[in-house]
Amino acid sequence: MSRWLPARLTQRTDQTATGRALRFDVPGWPGHAPGQHVDVRLTADDGYQAVRSYSLAAPSDGRIIELGVQVVPGGEVSPYLADDLPVGALVEVKGPLGGWFRWTPGDRGPLLLIGGGAGVVPLMAMLRARRATAVRTEPCVLIYSVRDPDEVWYARELSTPAAGEDLRILYTRRAPAGSPRPAGRITAGDLPGPEDPPKGPAATTYVCGPTAFVEHVNGLLLSAGRSPEHIRTERFG
Amino acid sequence: MNQLSVPHLDGNVLAGPLADVFAVDPTTAWHRCPTCRMPSSIGELHVYGTGPGPGLTGRCPGCADLALRAVAQPGHLWLQIGNGAGAFRFPLPHSAR
Repeated sequence: MSRWLPARLTQRTDQTATGRALRFDVPGWPGHAPGQHVDVRLTADDGYQAVRSYSLAAPSDGRIIELGVQVVPGGEVSPYLADDLPVGALVEVKGPLGGWFRWTPGDRGPLLLIGGGAGVVPLMAMLRARRATAVRTEPCVLIYSVRDPDEVWYARELSTPAAGEDLRILYTRRAPAGSPRPAGRITAGDLPGPEDPPKGPAATTYVCGPTAFVEHVNGLLLSAGRSPEHIRTERFG
Repeated sequence: MNQLSVPHLDGNVLAGPLADVFAVDPTTAWHRCPTCRMPSSIGELHVYGTGPGPGLTGRCPGCADLALRAVAQPGHLWLQIGNGAGAFRFPLPHSAR
């Protein structure tokens, strides 16, 4: 059972030209696990309501939540949330939602995170939670596919790997000058093989991104011998 | 794999609408498709109808057979589990409206 809670926008940070990190103050927020999402409800003056799902970008932090919002061109909700909702204004949120695409630092084993575009948002909550944990003995690989260097969310936090982290950014349209990998879609060669870290086919794998990206990566992972029960996926439109 | 060509999301998006009538998170609920025998959780279903309309259809990721249908109305959630089982109309608690 869940209910709608008022959420006040307290901070808006540009991540890319069309991607925003939005922080909300939510009195009564019960806390959440990395990977979970919320439903956001907007109500127009005439009573019309629209609901959309957005991933939580940071580990639980009292009544403060951070959402990643990518503008969908022509969208009904995302352009408003991204650029027009005034700081200090209220929306409603329901959550935390989703027990399938979730990870906590207490979950053992190596971690393979694969994100496409704004699909990095829930993976960032996992990475941040892992960084905030004192003991980080098991490896974590993040493979992050973006169109070009301007499309990297959390660029500063991702520029320096923490202990046990291997952070790889793949560019699909334009790579930075001097990049050893030419721009192009993610392929089997970009993914760790069964013998590469994170060791073994049993590494828990989280894949998030647009539907076509998730289908493509899921196919690559299965072809590489990773087992479907260790792969968790989340698609967005 | 029988894939419909319409764009789909996945069962993670059902967590919100179903949270109004389930006491536990339903997206980890496991089932085996009666048609193709593929196991999946609700979170892994392919979900169609995430546009502006009120209804969501969850299909088996293996064979696209109907697994679940949910239609939100003001004050109610219609929920059909399985194919041909008919739908139940759940009243929503006031706090969920």
